[in-house]
Amino acid sequence: MDITTMRGMTMFGDYFSRALIAGMGLALVAGPLGCFVVWRRMAYFGDTMAHSALLGVALSILLSVNMTLGVFAVAALVAGALIVLQRQATLSTDALLGILSHSTLAVGLVLVGFLTTVRIDLMGFLFGDILAVSVEDIAIIYGGGLAILLILILAWRPLLASTVSPELAEAEGLRPEASRLVLMILMASVIAIAMKLVGVLLITSLLIIPAATARRLSATPEMMAVVAAVLGAIAVVGGLFGSRTWDTASGPSIVVMALLIFLVSLAVPVTRLFGRGETHGA
Amino acid sequence: MDARAQRETLITLSNAGVSRGGRTLVSGVDLTIARGEIVTLIGPNGSGKSTTAKLATGVLKPSTGTVVRKPGLRIGYVPQKLTIDWTLPLTVDRLMTLTGRFSAAEIDAALEAVGARRLLKAAVQELSGGEFQRVLFARAMIRKPDLLVLDEPVQGVDFSGEVALYELVRQIRDTTQSGILMISHDLHVVMAETDTVICLNGHVCCRGTPSMVKRSPEYLKLFGERAAGSLAIYQHHHDHEHHDDGCVTPQGHAHEHHHDHTGDHGHHDHAGHDHVR
Repeated sequence: MDITTMRGMTMFGDYFSRALIAGMGLALVAGPLGCFVVWRRMAYFGDTMAHSALLGVALSILLSVNMTLGVFAVAALVAGALIVLQRQATLSTDALLGILSHSTLAVGLVLVGFLTTVRIDLMGFLFGDILAVSVEDIAIIYGGGLAILLILILAWRPLLASTVSPELAEAEGLRPEASRLVLMILMASVIAIAMKLVGVLLITSLLIIPAATARRLSATPEMMAVVAAVLGAIAVVGGLFGSRTWDTASGPSIVVMALLIFLVSLAVPVTRLFGRGETHGA
Repeated sequence: MDARAQRETLITLSNAGVSRGGRTLVSGVDLTIARGEIVTLIGPNGSGKSTTAKLATGVLKPSTGTVVRKPGLRIGYVPQKLTIDWTLPLTVDRLMTLTGRFSAAEIDAALEAVGARRLLKAAVQELSGGEFQRVLFARAMIRKPDLLVLDEPVQGVDFSGEVALYELVRQIRDTTQSGILMISHDLHVVMAETDTVICLNGHVCCRGTPSMVKRSPEYLKLFGERAAGSLAIYQHHHDHEHHDDGCVTPQGHAHEHHHDHTGDHGHHDHAGHDHVR
């Protein structure tokens, strides 16, 4: 792995600034996309795709392909596999996700064990290593992130309409199936660029927690997307400074910071304007 | 009839049918909808009402027969049941531009038309069933659709709300001259303004004006003896409903009856019909 060779570069200052820049870039993308994960109740689905990332890592090392591409491909394949299995309609989606989620993680772990020639920092992949982020990684995060945001903005209306009601969107000439596909590809992309930063076990938290926090502070979907992006960025900054101050693991610290913001937001009263209604499981 | 003949035809289904995985969902449907015309599809659950509506909107392609739609046909859709999760913050204002871009003035006018302008800034989760249904009507109308598709528009709305919504449908038809395709599994109440009622059960059982269908033997066969004579035709300013037992009640009651009937349908399924599955 060439991550360490890039460490010497001083273009983006020290490792800490690079971590801040990379983390904030990821949060700005994860927030808006995470809103769709929350709205469409895809949390477990996101988890499943994220868990498959380790399999992507192992396969890309075995086949010597770019790791980001490998992770993206495997996550997208898992999403595709789920769609195919759902069509069979034998097991519930819940059970299918459980099978895919844990079996891809397990297969990934087993494969990593076979890779005797390469020393792999397993903890780094499971929980991320944001302090080891290279300039090249930052380029991938911002390049990929911009592309993801652009697609999200262009596809916003059909994505939102098919989230509210697929049949309504379809009757009025939009294509909910295509929207679903776009969303899955975007999620696979975010997972691919987020894996190095926060690890496969924590990626979904960056999608869900800022979005869930933003809900109480927003009156429209667009506002919620922006607020989620900002809250995610605050969580990254707070988490990283916290981890430096108390010498804690950086990835988990960011998630803890996001959680703290969420808990604080619970104290904010939801005004009548923002609606009420039954809350469903994350 | 003469006046209608001059109206622009929006959709023509000729002997249209859909099969999925060897199973016939619906077959042999002939149906035309012209501007300003109201067509109501009735039938038990699984009778092919939604499939037929999807053929009309172009969401489904016919496996047999043909569907001809006016080029560039604009459709407005009022879904059967729409629950918007609390996690999605959505105001009425924002809901209006869900599938297209509209100016504030257009949004105001559409909400005004259904008497819901004061709800502009309200969160959709805050609305009552009747209010939400009105807003959904406004949302479909703002598109200035050629064809308005209403999927069980009065479901879950109480009788006074039901009357008001039928009134609204009539108004929409009169002011916009769009064609209206209404789906209903409420076998008892059909709008008097309906030009054609099509009674479905995998195929077209009977069709005609509401009063013709009410008397047709196929309607009685399909919906059972207890439905006999109970097809209430919703008239302007009605505040009660006639039941098969002769009593006249102020509604609420009809729905219970109606659920009894749907439970029975399996038994009379196709009985006495010469159609093949």
